[in-house]
Amino acid sequence: MQMNTAVTRSQEAILQTNKVIRNTYILLSMTLIFSGFTAFLGVVSSIGHGAALVADLVAIGILWFVLPRTANSAAGIPTIFAFTGLLGFGLGPVLNYYLAVNPSIVMMALGGTGVIFLGLSGYALTTRKDFSFLGGFVMVGMLVVLGAAILNIFLDIPAMFLAINAAIVMIMSAFILWETSSMIHDGQTNYIMAAAGLFLSILNLFQALLHLLGAFGDD
Amino acid sequence: MDWLKIGSALFMLAMVIYLFPRAKHAVQNSPKGSLKDWMGYVLPMAAVVLFIIVLIALV
Repeated sequence: MQMNTAVTRSQEAILQTNKVIRNTYILLSMTLIFSGFTAFLGVVSSIGHGAALVADLVAIGILWFVLPRTANSAAGIPTIFAFTGLLGFGLGPVLNYYLAVNPSIVMMALGGTGVIFLGLSGYALTTRKDFSFLGGFVMVGMLVVLGAAILNIFLDIPAMFLAINAAIVMIMSAFILWETSSMIHDGQTNYIMAAAGLFLSILNLFQALLHLLGAFGDD
Repeated sequence: MDWLKIGSALFMLAMVIYLFPRAKHAVQNSPKGSLKDWMGYVLPMAAVVLFIIVLIALV
């Protein structure tokens, strides 16, 4: 009797986990398409760096203060679309720059990001390894990268800029493994928060790859 | 010094302040990975690095 209850509970847990994973990927796909559209708007309207910074600031404000309060309700859906749409729009100046210099870099960074994300997510999903031990590494890595990025705003050293972007690729890759494994092992049960985290890692990965390819592609 | 640089630096500083307690919590509460666990991370990362090198060579 006890064993039957345990089996039923286990099946329920597996169904719940699969539901979170499915909903996360559906929402992530939709937000990526939407942010692609807003990025296109940002490119065609040729927004400046100031407007992009404001869009990013508002998006991060939504991520920190609005999304955690709405993620457990239907209001979480429009909130995540607002967050991802603003971040996509904020990509306008960077995309405009690279499209003017070498448009193939943008397509290559986009394809590369897709391959890395699908590869890492697929790896975490198929091996079902527990990457929860990466939590501290990811968070400390983000702090170190942010500190270095603040310094480099004022120092403006090209080699440091490349090192920061290479570190971002590693940390965001670790974040994808961590977040995907967290969904499998019941750490993350909210698909809106999971999709927001994965979206942010994809966006950062794309930008870092864009800078790396731009730098090594003689541009 | 243009205001955009100062704005970007302040934005990142705010992120550091926001992330610091979360990072502290994550370091204190994350399970410690074994050598096998870390190898499970290093191998896909090596694949990512190789892939990026290929992309750079293609540019």
